[in-house]
Amino acid sequence: MEKNYNVCTGCGMLCDDIEVESEKNIVNKVYTACRVGVAHMKEGRESAVFRVDDKPVDEATAISEAVAILKNAKNPLIFGLGTSTNETQKLAIELARKTSATLDDTSSFCLGRVVEALLQNRFKACTLDDVRNKADVTIFWGADPSDSHPRHLSKYSYFPRGTEKQRGWEEDRTAIAIDVRKSHTAKICGNNFFQVPPGGDAEFIDALIAGLSGKLPKTSYNFPPKRILELANILKGAKFGVVFVGLGLVYSLENLEPLFRLMDALNEKANFHLIPMVGHYNMRGFNENLFEETGYVNSVKFEDGAVKHGPEYSIVEALKAKTVDAALIIGSDPLSSLPRSIAKNLLEIPVISMDPCETLTSRSSKVYINTAISGVESGGSATRMDGVKVEFKPVVETKRLSDEAVLKKIMEAL
Amino acid sequence: MTNAMELYQMLPKTNCKKCGKTSCMAFAVALMAHELTADDCPPLKEEPKYKENYGKISDLFKASEGATSTGLIVHEELCFGCGNCVVACPPNVANDPYGVGSGNAPRDAKKLILIIEDGVVKAQNVEECRRFGKNKILCNGCIVTCPVEAIEFV
Repeated sequence: MEKNYNVCTGCGMLCDDIEVESEKNIVNKVYTACRVGVAHMKEGRESAVFRVDDKPVDEATAISEAVAILKNAKNPLIFGLGTSTNETQKLAIELARKTSATLDDTSSFCLGRVVEALLQNRFKACTLDDVRNKADVTIFWGADPSDSHPRHLSKYSYFPRGTEKQRGWEEDRTAIAIDVRKSHTAKICGNNFFQVPPGGDAEFIDALIAGLSGKLPKTSYNFPPKRILELANILKGAKFGVVFVGLGLVYSLENLEPLFRLMDALNEKANFHLIPMVGHYNMRGFNENLFEETGYVNSVKFEDGAVKHGPEYSIVEALKAKTVDAALIIGSDPLSSLPRSIAKNLLEIPVISMDPCETLTSRSSKVYINTAISGVESGGSATRMDGVKVEFKPVVETKRLSDEAVLKKIMEAL
Repeated sequence: MTNAMELYQMLPKTNCKKCGKTSCMAFAVALMAHELTADDCPPLKEEPKYKENYGKISDLFKASEGATSTGLIVHEELCFGCGNCVVACPPNVANDPYGVGSGNAPRDAKKLILIIEDGVVKAQNVEECRRFGKNKILCNGCIVTCPVEAIEFV
């Protein structure tokens, strides 16, 4: 019997085997999804809210107000899009081009650097399905998928049986966690958990590289060399290894050089691939779409048909230097996620917020457009953390507009 | 969860054979398998010096009377639906190798012991569990794979 599966857009894993029972456009029961996914799926609502200056208005007023803000701005900032479909992201890039905007997403202070290096073929990549079928050694570095991507270990990276790994986790796979604290993932990894002090990752990488070539691994924080050599031995024996890079590792490294060195050293002795632990369901999609258009993954500024790129066009630096004079925030909540000293500058410029949920940003923005939850109330396509394209249909219907439809209306009015 | 050795320590250790078993250790194993109860050991039940231990052993097994026949308890407030137990459970894998055994959605949820419903694990068909019945073994596949200790056997 062919089952009707839905895709969950709760995180970067885009689980495509979710069964949903719904009645009258209300989701009643969700099977197989984790708690994050269930909460995401059940969030849908019937009607939309539009607000200008904290007062409820109709759709046309909200959109014309948004258009006026974008028209009057010399250098608007378009930010977010990590939870939007590929189609919406392409429209947003077009809109940024049209309005000479600064365009950025959360990856500029997240995993953007890693995705960029992957797109430039600096790392050997593989898909999550390869991981399930072939991987024998998986490293979770600075990542805790048990909490951030709950089904990661059970769907792909550790527990399942794959075509070439029939005995699954019991005998065929080794999971290793390297982190600053004993996370839930580290607990599952048991003895293969290596605790490094905050900021100690670069040194640990160099010690590990030394260990891989048979030298005595040394660290300033006196990590037991015997344990690093044990780890090096496990890694040397890997037939298909995968390193899952999390935010913890990226934040700890000043640049990616140590990671390049490590992957090269690992690939000299064994066979290692890299997958970034992308949080937002389509952050990788944004990086890829923008890379295709401009050659950069984030932090760009469109000006007279040309594209400029640099850290000064990231949301953090742009807000710090106050170079932007309006902001269109799509499916993101920078007021909550950015440091207060930077986020407060958002309050000085007119902000348009498009989000399915009420957030701190939506509450303090000039125009708020309540959109449909993409993946639950509207369909499209997205790119999984490993670069695989996933298409999805809406699970339930709603009167709320999708962010794609709102952007189309704004573009037409412009 | 207790084990046969712990139970043995609480027995008279006289190997009197009044229970029908050859030794107190054999009796402890039979206790573990729910074949016999504390009442089947006459000295333990009757002699005052074992009264305390008799109470302890009876209490141990009283706790599991209310639970499912395998003693499986799911702490729903702790579970976040990662599905590790669902994929790791040996009978689940045997009954649905290409579904849950391969990390996917169940092909036929009716045959499985553990499934994820609304983001929380649910136990069903406990008679399929390897801890059930006469020839049970102390399988702990679902316990060691749980990151938050949401599954417990009493």
